[in-house]
Amino acid sequence: MRAIAIVLFGALAAAPAAAQEKPVTLKPGPGLDQVEANCGACHSLDYIQMNSPFLTSAMWDAEIAKMIHAFGAPVSDADARAIADYLKANYGADHVTENR
Amino acid sequence: MINRRNLLGTAGAGVALVGGGLALPRLFEGEVEAQPLALGRALPEGVRENASLDTLPGKKPLIRLAYRPPNYESPIEYLRTPVTPNNEFFVRYHLSDIPQVDAKTWKLSIGGDGANGQAALDLDELKRLPAVEVTAVCQCSGNRRGLFQPHVPGVEWGYGAMGCARWKGARLKDVLDKVGLKKEAVEIVFNGADGPALEKTPDFVKSLPVWKAIEETTLVAYEMNGEPLPHWNGFPARIVVPGWTGTYWMKHVVSINAVTKPFDGFWMKSAYRIPVGKFPIVARFISQETPVNTPITECVVNSLITSHADGAAVKAGARVSVGGIAWDGGYGIRIVEVSTDGGKTWAEAALGRDAGRYALRTWTYHFTPPRGRTKVTARATNAIGQSQTAALILNPAGYHHNVMQTVTLVAA
Repeated sequence: MRAIAIVLFGALAAAPAAAQEKPVTLKPGPGLDQVEANCGACHSLDYIQMNSPFLTSAMWDAEIAKMIHAFGAPVSDADARAIADYLKANYGADHVTENR
Repeated sequence: MINRRNLLGTAGAGVALVGGGLALPRLFEGEVEAQPLALGRALPEGVRENASLDTLPGKKPLIRLAYRPPNYESPIEYLRTPVTPNNEFFVRYHLSDIPQVDAKTWKLSIGGDGANGQAALDLDELKRLPAVEVTAVCQCSGNRRGLFQPHVPGVEWGYGAMGCARWKGARLKDVLDKVGLKKEAVEIVFNGADGPALEKTPDFVKSLPVWKAIEETTLVAYEMNGEPLPHWNGFPARIVVPGWTGTYWMKHVVSINAVTKPFDGFWMKSAYRIPVGKFPIVARFISQETPVNTPITECVVNSLITSHADGAAVKAGARVSVGGIAWDGGYGIRIVEVSTDGGKTWAEAALGRDAGRYALRTWTYHFTPPRGRTKVTARATNAIGQSQTAALILNPAGYHHNVMQTVTLVAA
């Protein structure tokens, strides 16, 4: 399913709407590959930076659930776990002090 | 506060500032001292570090919050005039598949089970209907969401997810007359040409109650400030719903359907809802109400100080002209008051020209600040007696922020 997402992303990158898009560099860490491949299929990754660092772990879980269930993102269970761990560790309110 | 002029001096104009996170193009160099970007400390750290001034085709630099779907707000200095130029107007999309619509092949289909028939209009046919022009504020429901404490997830807007334009188009009522409404019709449903990246993502589709859809000023607009709509603001035609928040102002509109049952798509049923009873809202959307929440409808009364940024330096003992804008959901601004003593006393500001009840109203207030720091607070009240709030009205999605704004002037 992720392959479909990547193909779509490729098509979008060429569309006029995305012509201005510059690469968004997120913090390195385990799970970043899954974030880029899944989340980046539908939206630029600055959405993650913008919503930080104030989301608690429960709020990040809710965001991921919303992307999968409300917006139909085809994310595998394993990827969803990796994404959740990455976001909580790098962009979460609960981990913000230890990462600074 | 960081002195951006000094930063520019060391980094060189036009060079992206990595440390501050703000790429300030040369255009802004001269304005930086008086009006730094309104990325105040109230915004999430992630916004302050990553938002930048970026230029979409046909636009002046706007504050980029997100590339895709594109969400760009106007810096406060673009909001000093009663009408916002097209190239300074904010950009807001929900979904990332945004086609360049060809005016020659664009068609607007009209129908639905609440209509007596079906019709289609091309752009020339739409323009042959009687034209109406209305000056109206278009404001995102979530304007100022980034100022919520505690923060809520979403696009973390500052003050600039709004603008005011002269919108010209056909009355939606006249467009609906092409098919005629059944008496059972409860809502009018709109779809635009833009769509989601994934098939499973709910398309952005919105509805209005029939009573609002057939008001004289609700338009299918094809002109903005005397020009065709910019691509980023809905070319070739968009719905204009004066008084109501931007979520109903469907861009690139391609279909209008009258329905006999409340439309239950995601963007009506789950999104853009406010808790029942928390806001002083007059305009109701009864067919969509539940016991706990209701769709957002009209804008709440609000104002913005545009003349001075928070922390701006002024001359002690010299007269200062503080000014800004005020607007509401279409009742009209009755008074704007200013306090320079933390809200103990209020003085009336002078209102600018009245360009209609849906338009921005400019205001100015003169006073002579003493040496030191003076807090200046503005408060607008509308014609039905509603005023801005002192404390934020919390709601899960971060809508209707109309807390009185305060800027500190530093007189030396």
